[in-house]
Amino acid sequence: MERLLEIKNLRTSFFTHVGEVQAVRGVSFHLDKGEAIGIVGESGSGKSITMMSVMRLLADNGKIVEGEILFEGRDLAKLPENEMQKVRGNEIGMIFQDPMTSLNPVLTVGDQLMEPLIKHKKMSKEEAFNRAVHMLELVGIPSPKSRMSQYPHEFSGGMRQRVMIAMALACEPKLLIADEPTTALDVTIQAQILELMKDLKQKINTSIILITHDLGVVADLCSRINVMYGGLIAETGTTRDIFYNPKHPYTWGLLNSVPNPKNLVKERLKPIDGQPPDLLKPPAGCPFAPRCQYAMRICMTQRPPLFEIGEGHKAACWLNHKDAPKVEAPIRRGDL
Amino acid sequence: MINYIIKRLVTSVITLFVVLTATFFLMHALPGGPFDNEKPLPPKIKANLEAKYGLNKPLYEQYVMYLKNLSRGDLGPTLKYEGRTVNEMIAYSFPASAKLGAVSIIFSLILGIYLGVVAALNQGKWQDRLVMVIATLGVTVPSFVIATLLMYVFSVKLRLLPSSGFAGPKYMILPALALSGYSLSFIARLTRSSLLDVIRQDYIRTAKAKGLSRNVVIYKHALRNALIPVVTYLGPLVAGVLTGSFVIEKIFAIPGLGREFVTSIGNRDFMLIMGTTIFYSTLLVVCNLIVDLLYAVIDPRIKLEA
Repeated sequence: MERLLEIKNLRTSFFTHVGEVQAVRGVSFHLDKGEAIGIVGESGSGKSITMMSVMRLLADNGKIVEGEILFEGRDLAKLPENEMQKVRGNEIGMIFQDPMTSLNPVLTVGDQLMEPLIKHKKMSKEEAFNRAVHMLELVGIPSPKSRMSQYPHEFSGGMRQRVMIAMALACEPKLLIADEPTTALDVTIQAQILELMKDLKQKINTSIILITHDLGVVADLCSRINVMYGGLIAETGTTRDIFYNPKHPYTWGLLNSVPNPKNLVKERLKPIDGQPPDLLKPPAGCPFAPRCQYAMRICMTQRPPLFEIGEGHKAACWLNHKDAPKVEAPIRRGDL
Repeated sequence: MINYIIKRLVTSVITLFVVLTATFFLMHALPGGPFDNEKPLPPKIKANLEAKYGLNKPLYEQYVMYLKNLSRGDLGPTLKYEGRTVNEMIAYSFPASAKLGAVSIIFSLILGIYLGVVAALNQGKWQDRLVMVIATLGVTVPSFVIATLLMYVFSVKLRLLPSSGFAGPKYMILPALALSGYSLSFIARLTRSSLLDVIRQDYIRTAKAKGLSRNVVIYKHALRNALIPVVTYLGPLVAGVLTGSFVIEKIFAIPGLGREFVTSIGNRDFMLIMGTTIFYSTLLVVCNLIVDLLYAVIDPRIKLEA
């Protein structure tokens, strides 16, 4: 498989008046052409900031401190801004969490759809219009031609997310970054949007990075999953590894907080107690240690390396050390 | 849209009627009259004058008379300027005020928006601080101080521009600048805060994620949203500035409407007071209506419903 994206030891910080917030603290992973991977973690785990670093769309006080972001061999972290503009929307498309606020309210949907086509593909207005109509058709918007001259407020939430997807894919990017694309939508629409993304992945032959806090969402679409916590990768592996053989207590916690449709009444969801770490003063040891019921002395003082579990399956937890006590993973196997 | 305009026009007429009725009776409640001078007129002459203009009749009759004339578009004779009607007075003095006002509005809009954008894009840097200092001064320093200062620098010291009169474009520069001080500063502040709010919106991130250049993001995606509050301010501003400023017109000796408006009150020139008030109110109502229509053009989410 050909590498599309390779992130090596990425560190991204925000420099605020109270100090440096180390949002991403050395993250490495890769994505092959045509692949879909998931990045899972709770708010503040650094998953969105990792992808915003790839897009180089950090807030003014955010900075990539260290690391490489190799996109087809080019290091995006060091690309000048005008070169980066040719990558955004053209080679990498992005969709966001809240479709209600992600479209400009005073410009027509058509205008917003045509913009990247005119800019990147140097299309004439007419060509861009036809292409935009085609894209709307592709994402399943009825009577796309008449929809072109409408404004975002005339679309429902699900429809707007379809428009966002059409816009992000208009230039046939090699990579689509979807940052919690279904979080703000209701459940039936969520399924439709995921189905659409799966469908378009085939049609347009784009790779996908799906950011979410919902393990249920990634299972269907992604072949591999990175679990992030406290600005670090906690566990990485194939979707099968993560669901059936998880090796990090945080992954166990995430799996146990997914509702199980088989016994809705009997069982309560198990939340993970405690708060995520303060990345202004990141802990010296494992960031999850204060919330981890299996934490040992070493977890508090030394950051665990990524232990090799199997091929491509790694977990940053001391429990995987050969001298560590053996712990049975407290998850409901086979239910998911 | 048409229904909305019709409805607004009907309510406007009601508004104007209330304004003119209130002004009429308040004005007559004031002590003194148009023919009271330091040297009192002989009672007989005064009585004759009052009879000529109908001021000796009961108030309600005068009111009905005024409404009758008004319905024909006749604002009546002035009481202080022999032989001239209020219509003539307005026709004579409004163009000067309007020209000056128009120049001042264009100037405030262009420079105000520009300064606001510069400040917002350089938030916290020296450009921002400089603009905010200028804007604070512009809002707090009264126009007559700005006018005198401009006059001192450009007319007295540098001898570049005339200090008074109204005989051509170069006579308008200083008064227009002085007149712009407040509105320019206000627009700059408004644009800055509104743009700062808009550039943090999700759709700006979307625009950036599409690979659009900074200029397209700012001027196409952000500014149009940011100007909605500025448009709100435009209605009263246009009406206020077009009808002229008493202070500026007085300082630069410009024969404008603002000056007439204020002096007519001191003179108890009942007809001129009524005329200028009605004229100003009508302009204000029309400007507000235009602004509300403009809203719908700028922001498609706004629907004008009757």
